[in-house]
Parts: sequence; C-alpha cells; structure tokens
Amino acid sequence: MHIVECRDIKKAYQQGKIAVQALRGVNLSIEKGGFVALAGPSGSGKTTMLNIIGGLDSPDSGNVMVDGNALGDMNQSELADLRLHKVGFVFQAYNLIPVLSALENVEFVMLLQGIPATERRQRAKAILDEVGLEGLYDRRPAELSGGQQQRVAVARAIVSHPSIVLADEPTANLDSKTGNGLLEMMKEMNQKKRVTFVFSTHDQMVMDYARRLVHIRDGLVADDHIKKH
Amino acid sequence: MTAVIIGVWSMIFMGALMRGISDEMVRNGIATLTGHIQVHLKGYRNDPVIENRISHPRALETALNKHLPAGSKWTCRVRVNAIASNARHAGGVTLVGIEPNREAGISFIGEAITQGRYLKADDKYGIIVGKALADKFETKLGHKVVLMSQDTSREIASRAFRIVGIFRAEMEATEKQFVFAVMPVAQQMLKMGKAVSEVSIILPSHKKADRVAVALRSSLPSAYEVLAWRELLPLVTGVLEMYDGFIFLWFLVVFIAMGFGIVNTTLMAVFERIREFGLLKALGMKPLWIIKGVLIESLFILVLGMAIGNSMGFLSVFALSGHGIDLSSLAAGLEFVGMTRVIYPVLQGQDVVMANSVVFVLGCLVSLYPAAKAARFTPVEAMAHT
Repeated sequence: MHIVECRDIKKAYQQGKIAVQALRGVNLSIEKGGFVALAGPSGSGKTTMLNIIGGLDSPDSGNVMVDGNALGDMNQSELADLRLHKVGFVFQAYNLIPVLSALENVEFVMLLQGIPATERRQRAKAILDEVGLEGLYDRRPAELSGGQQQRVAVARAIVSHPSIVLADEPTANLDSKTGNGLLEMMKEMNQKKRVTFVFSTHDQMVMDYARRLVHIRDGLVADDHIKKH
Repeated sequence: MTAVIIGVWSMIFMGALMRGISDEMVRNGIATLTGHIQVHLKGYRNDPVIENRISHPRALETALNKHLPAGSKWTCRVRVNAIASNARHAGGVTLVGIEPNREAGISFIGEAITQGRYLKADDKYGIIVGKALADKFETKLGHKVVLMSQDTSREIASRAFRIVGIFRAEMEATEKQFVFAVMPVAQQMLKMGKAVSEVSIILPSHKKADRVAVALRSSLPSAYEVLAWRELLPLVTGVLEMYDGFIFLWFLVVFIAMGFGIVNTTLMAVFERIREFGLLKALGMKPLWIIKGVLIESLFILVLGMAIGNSMGFLSVFALSGHGIDLSSLAAGLEFVGMTRVIYPVLQGQDVVMANSVVFVLGCLVSLYPAAKAARFTPVEAMAHT
C-alpha cells in the first residue's frame, strides 16, 4: 500500500529573470513503512520533491496523494491540518523554536493538536527518553549540541504519530558518529513503529541506511531501486 | 508602542485642553450678561435702542414660572448705550441697570468686585465700573462719572454717579464696555417707568436651553423674541464648531501617524520572524491561528500603549488642573475669539472613551494587514527568508 503517490510532478522556480525547472515530471510512489532516500546532487530537485510531498510547496502541475489525500484539492488550512496530523518534518538546520526548551519544542505540535497538558508532557518526556535525551528536557536549543538538537527535531516529528516523516538532509550538519547514531535511531523507529521515513540527502551514510534509494537528477527520477540487505 | 502612547496621550490631553477652552468660552460668554436664555422685544437684537423695550416685564412672569425648570434663576435688565465722561475723558459704554440681588446669582458681576463694594438696592448714585475703564478714565473709587444717553422721549438724559465699586472681568473689553447701576435708577434716568430691555435666564444646565427656549417661545406673545445662548453668542458657537472640526482633524492626524506606526512596527516584527512563521506553518499551524497570534500581539501593544498613554494624559491634565496654562501675554488676541486668559484642561469621560475607542478599533483594523501578510507566506517562502 502506498502512502505517497506522485504523478508527473513539475515545478519551476524563478531566479531573477531565469526560470529554473526544478522538477520535470517526477513519478514516485512510496510504500507505507518505507525507509526511502531521495538522493542526488545539489539542485537536483530532491528538497523540492520533499517539500511538495509535505504540502509545504505546491507543484506547477501533476498530482500528489499523501495517505489518501489529494494535496492539489486542499486549501492552506487543510494542508496545515494534514501536516499537523499526518506529516512530521526534520529539517537540515533543525529549526527548533529557540525560546522553547527541548520538552516544550516537542510538546508544541501536540499543543496545536489540542492534546491535554498532562498527556503532552508525558508523551514528550517519553519520546525524548527514547531518542536519548533524558535529563535534557529543560535545555534551550542553544544549550544543546547539533546532534542533540536534531534528536529533539526527530522527537518533535514523531511524537504525534505521523503517517510519514520527511527529513531534509538530516545529517548534513552532524559529524559522522552523531549522524550514524541518529540514523540508527530513526531506523529503529521505522522498524518498531512502522513510521515511514523519506530522506532527501547526498550523504552516503544515509543512502547506505535506506532500504530504497531513489536518485533524482535534473528534476527527473534517474534511478529507483530497493536494496537487498 | 511609542506611537500608541503618544497618540492616546495627545488625544486625551488635546481633547481636555479643547474641552477646557470651549467650556470656559461658553461659561464666560454666558456669565458676561448673556445667560442661557434671553427675552427681548422683537427687533431689540438688531437695533438695541430704548424704543425696543419690554414695557411690562412682570407680565412675563407667568410664562417663566410655568416653563423654567426647578433651580432656574432670572432677572430683568435695562441695557442702553451711553456716553461716560469725567473731568478728563469721555467714551462710549453700555449702561446696565440691574437688580443687584437677583443679578448676583446670574452674571459674573456679583463676584467680580475687586475694589469697593457691590451695588445695594437703594444705591441712588452708585455705579460700578471696570478696572480697564477706570484706568482709561484715570479715575478711582469715590470719584464721579457722568452718564449720558437718550431717554424714551428721545431727549438727552444724563446723571452723575459716584464710583462705589470696580470690577475685573475675564476680558479687558468687558471691563471697558459695561458700567452697572441699580435698575430703578436707570429706569428713572431714561424715563422708562417699569420697562426693561431684557430678561436674562440661567438654567440648572446650559444643555436644556434650546428646549426651554422653544417652550417659552410658544407661550409668549409674538411681540417677544426668545433666544438661547447659541443664538445669542454666534461667535462662540462658531468657534466651538471650529474646535469640533479641529479635534476631528487632530484625531485624524494622530490616527494616521499612529496607524503607520502600528503597521510599521507590526510589519517589521512579522518580517523579523518570518522564518518562525514558516516553521509554525510547516509544523501544522493554520493561517487563521497565525493571524490570531499577530493580532493578539498587536492587541497587547495597543492595550499597554493605551494604559501608558491614558496615565500620561491623566497626569498631564492633573498637573495643569491647578494653575492652568496662562496665556495672558496673548490676551488681546484671545479675547477676539472669546477665549479666557487661563486655560484649564477639562477631562470628560466621553472624550477618554472616544480617544481609546478610536485607537483600539482602528489599531486592530490596521493590524490586520501585517497579520494577513504573515499568514499568506507559504512555509517554503517563509523558511527560505533570510
């Protein structure tokens, strides 16, 4: 069963007077519970693809279905609702809210979902423990290392049990040991909780971890294969 | 927030000053022998000569008793143009014959004597003159002044008076213009019998003047003219209308300046935090929630600014309530429009509510633009913003 289905996705950006064709007709399906890496060089269109799947950006043409929802038919409010309940994001630059503690950052999405305070706190602590950040609940992002911040970001992405987690270059700012630990943790969550992970990356380590590797080049899927482990 | 503080403060303070000026102008105009309502013989206003007199003033009493609200006061006056002279000077004045006891509660003269004494009912030769006239005539208490006017038989009537009191008025022109004698003496001098020039009425509140004037008009014979203070003081009424327009313009100017301040501040705050809004949207915050968030922040700025602005406004008014703003050096110019020498700001609840309502409602409205702007960015645009 596919959680993501993209058909003939095209997207162009205007850079000054020049139109840059980021995606030129991408077709992609991602199975539920997948651990998929969209790989390719800078400017190949992988981040654009990830943004379109997450409803952060809209394609110029083509259809995107996420967990049975046609994104093209949804307004901004419905897309926000989809992101809130079904999609988790992990960004390259962590993008934690600087004025909130690690615990509050993780709680934030549940706050938007209207989950009661006690349950929020309980679940946030549990997930922070799970990603190895027990005892660092009250630290602000500035008081955490890059790896720890990215773990908070992962905790925030999965705490509300989304159908899919989209991670944009999650290891780009981490050293290899920290990156390895983070990927190990995400792989474990994928296996234990059946959370679908989709990465955009050009990090070989992420590609090695992925069970399916989709190469995007010049806005098109150049190669798509499931690895045998 | 500074824009809101200055806006609210200036609206309250300027409003209080304007209110103070207009209240003083009305109070002063009414106290300077005008009253809230006057009754004359028709034609007196256009031609205030002795021929246009009310021959039987007591005949008006029934109508006055019937229509005047409780707490009202009224008096009769003789008012004619006259020539005043002494050994050194001569000049035009207005002779006002008054009933001393009744007049004291109606016009300024009862409380304006600064030298000598007020008139007594049996003052056959006593006269009260203004300080400015006394200075101009180089005279003083106890000295003689001769008044000359035309009597009812169109003959020259004159009488010598002795100055028993000198009064001060808010305006120098009033001190130069009016001299006061006891009404029976003036009537005798002018051979008027019991006739008077006018009946002046003071009501418990000047706001009732128009209504009472209409009632009196309908019950008095058509030979009489009943006028409320707005008709009696057209210049003051005109200036008050001008002030209303000025206050409106001031509110408009303040609001435009403040509106730009709010939009600018909120817009800057939105642009500074655009990445944050992008992230919030990416995490699932709906555009409406972002609009709400920005509006709540604007509301906070508005409420805090209003609280400080109000406090500053109240403090400024309080600070000036004792001594007022002394504009004596501009007195000659101020008199021209009927303004008093010292302005005391007057704070009225309705003005404060008005100023705050304008700031609050319009402040919320102008905050909608930056709020909508914050909500319109797509998460990708916002998060790519540097």
